[in-house]
Amino acid sequence: MEPTHLPATNFQDLAWAILLLPLVSALAITLGLRRNRELTTTLSLSAVGIGFGLSVWLFFLYGVSGERLAATPLSWMSVGSLSAHLGLTVDPLSTLMLMVVTGVSFLVHVYSTGYMEDDPEYPRYFASLGFFTFSMLGIVLSDNFVQTFIFWELVGVSSYLLVGFWYEKPAAADAAKKAFLTNRIGDFGFLLGILIVWAATGTVSFDAMAAKLKAEPGILGAAASLAGVLIFLGAVGKSAQLPLHVWLPDAMEGPTPVSALIHAATMVAAGVYMLCRVYFLLDLPAAWPAALSFLGSISALDVIAWTGALTSLVAGVIAIQQDDIKRILAYSTLSQLGYMVMAVGCGGPDAAMFHLTTHACFKALLFLGAGAVIYACHHEQNIWKMGGLAKRMPVTFWTFLLATAALCGLPVLSSGFYSKDAIFAAALASNRPVLFGIGVLVVGLTTLYMSRLVIIAFLGESRSEAASHAADPGRNMTLPLLILAVPSVSLGWLPVGAYFKSAIFPGAVTHSAEGFSDVFFEPFNHSPLGAFLGFGLMAFGLSVAFATYWGAAMDPMPGHLPRLSRALRNRLYFDEIYAATLIPLHDAVAALADWVDRWIVQGLFVRGISGGMDLFGRALRLVQTGNLQTYAFLFVAGVALVVLLALK
Amino acid sequence: MIVGLHHYLVVSALLFSLGLFGVLARRNLLVIYMSLELMLNAANLALVAFSRYNANLKGQVMVFFIITVAAAEVAVGLALIVALYRRRGTAHVEDLNSLRL
Amino acid sequence: MSELLPSALFYAFAGLALVFGFLCVANPLSRNPVTSAMFLVLTIVSLAGLYILLHAFFLAAIQILVYAGAVMVLFLFVIMLLNLEEEERRKIRGITLGLGALSVAVIAGILIRAVVAARPSAGTTPLVEGGIRNLGHTLFTLYLLPFEAMSLLLLVGMVGVILLSKKDLK
Repeated sequence: MEPTHLPATNFQDLAWAILLLPLVSALAITLGLRRNRELTTTLSLSAVGIGFGLSVWLFFLYGVSGERLAATPLSWMSVGSLSAHLGLTVDPLSTLMLMVVTGVSFLVHVYSTGYMEDDPEYPRYFASLGFFTFSMLGIVLSDNFVQTFIFWELVGVSSYLLVGFWYEKPAAADAAKKAFLTNRIGDFGFLLGILIVWAATGTVSFDAMAAKLKAEPGILGAAASLAGVLIFLGAVGKSAQLPLHVWLPDAMEGPTPVSALIHAATMVAAGVYMLCRVYFLLDLPAAWPAALSFLGSISALDVIAWTGALTSLVAGVIAIQQDDIKRILAYSTLSQLGYMVMAVGCGGPDAAMFHLTTHACFKALLFLGAGAVIYACHHEQNIWKMGGLAKRMPVTFWTFLLATAALCGLPVLSSGFYSKDAIFAAALASNRPVLFGIGVLVVGLTTLYMSRLVIIAFLGESRSEAASHAADPGRNMTLPLLILAVPSVSLGWLPVGAYFKSAIFPGAVTHSAEGFSDVFFEPFNHSPLGAFLGFGLMAFGLSVAFATYWGAAMDPMPGHLPRLSRALRNRLYFDEIYAATLIPLHDAVAALADWVDRWIVQGLFVRGISGGMDLFGRALRLVQTGNLQTYAFLFVAGVALVVLLALK
Repeated sequence: MIVGLHHYLVVSALLFSLGLFGVLARRNLLVIYMSLELMLNAANLALVAFSRYNANLKGQVMVFFIITVAAAEVAVGLALIVALYRRRGTAHVEDLNSLRL
Repeated sequence: MSELLPSALFYAFAGLALVFGFLCVANPLSRNPVTSAMFLVLTIVSLAGLYILLHAFFLAAIQILVYAGAVMVLFLFVIMLLNLEEEERRKIRGITLGLGALSVAVIAGILIRAVVAARPSAGTTPLVEGGIRNLGHTLFTLYLLPFEAMSLLLLVGMVGVILLSKKDLK
């Protein structure tokens, strides 16, 4: 029998173990076990599996009870008034997130043993996966901005390694580069935001910062909204929000389980998680520095909400005309992340975390299902070359369908229904009817493109040789699908939303569901407008999809709406616009920097100094004649000089 | 004019300079070595003169030691020159430039 | 008279020492090492005369015995042994000679200037009689340890010379 309550120090060991286990396994694989597949598998699976077990333990020990604990920080560096430390925070927010990350990571690990079976670089893959898990857990557990930023970058690096795993493919290498560089832009803003907040409050620790802000609400002064927006910029990059979203669809070049882990459940969620973690910084009245005073009463939360809503809408629209199964899911992820960001902006970080949790489950399931399909169809990703997979891959089909239902927000029988509804409720509660409208509209779009995907890929007749011979993959790949299907359906029945609400707003009054109808039909009672509208639009989207795509051999949309279709297929020309505007600008700056580096730094300083030394050396070499008497002469001259000086 | 300490010192300095010139200008190792001996003798002269005019015998003792050491030094140095000559077949400093890389 | 003779003798010996020294290092007529060696012997003998004027009789004797006798004979012996030709008539580099002369002149100038500038007022009257008795007493009392060390040095030198003179020097 487990002790019901551990000594207060033990949570530290647990948290450290969860954090470090994947790193240890990654290091061990990288350093010593590259040759040994079995050991690699055992090690990485057990590291993440034990991590998941410990996370569950930690969750029930501390998360449920709502305790807020901070591990004794390890001092890392202290420069001037900046003292950065390595600390772990264990609170309801992080413990649940720990479970999500380690859980999905574990299932992805299991799945990968099947999916990556034939890859010659199998151990490198698992090492990268472990390293990524470690970085992500670092963000989750971090208790200060500096540590968050470090792990933030580590996540970027490990995602670079994973997206570019098949680096011999130029597209994969480019996608990895693009993801990394695009993230850097966001991270730059993030860093600036951190610096502003640190300059104003004199601390980087979340708890200390929150305490200071509570004691003195105006401490950030005129920079309050700017700091919020800059910090949000980090999330824009990592969670692929509108101006910087272009990397996520390209990142689908990575192995599909990687997409399930980092582009559905964890890395892209890191932005949202971070926003919820520092929500107290964002939820400040609008205040801009003089140069930006024209922004007036737009608060940081307004910017966040609108960015999220627009991302959600744009990504949902683009997804309608994508043919690559993974790209559809990528745009759908963008759209859902937009929801979460919008929820944060509407003052509902609890709703955002709720949706993050459910989304992590069903989107990981969708990606893993897509991976199974791709695997079965011999790496064919075009949905128009699939078809009829429902009969041949029943496990994949049914789990995929459940996840699709969750993504669309099918009432009662899906977790997405509850979490989306929480977001709509937050939008309404914050008095932003337009955002509410966009959110509900996106439900229709989501249903449309997901139904299109399911109808074309799974129903109807096989359209290619590969699809007609497809079959469910082995057990190590179907098992994660089945396991993930459970929370995808049922997570909404648990009071996860209320849990997050009390986690983020301690002491807040939470709506506690009581009785059968209130548990299962809570959204209809609690915020009927969103629930009914969403349901209606969902039905509408479904019928449109069936009407258009049932039995269709090819997409009819380019024929009917050629210009719109072309624009959507070109992803609204975002990449082209960037190529025409930002990249020449960037090239010009780069050329200038190159010139300075080549001629000023390298030419003048480096070459100049080395050339001067060289010349000096050549001159000095003339003195070395090898002739004894030359040396004697120089010696005498030196003595004469010394004597002269001494006699002065 | 009474001959005093400084007369001896001037002679010593001049002899020293002559020896130095020999070291710098001559090419034959043996002659260079002799020039060195000349320089030592110049120093000896100065020491003896100091001893004489400063009521101190220590200068003379020093000269005694210098002569002894010089004898040993000449023996070793000449042996080295002989060994060098056997190996290189020359006793000219210009030919002995292996110090140069 | 008693003042004049030592002065005259000083100038004579000093002049001889300088002339012989010059002929030793820079004989314009001969560049033969044997000539240099012979003139060095003469220089040493002149110096011995100066030592006598300084009442350092013992040192004068040693100077002649050890230097003119042993050391210079060793030199001549080596010169003969090596059968050195007259210093080959190589081209004398003017710049070497010029620079050498210049640096020597500078050194000489510095030394003499120092001597003249510090003209020792007390240095006009000779004070110490350098008899063998006094010298021997100092040597065997105050400087006994260096004296013994010297004997060791001579031994080491002897061993070293024997080693170096072996035909098949490794």
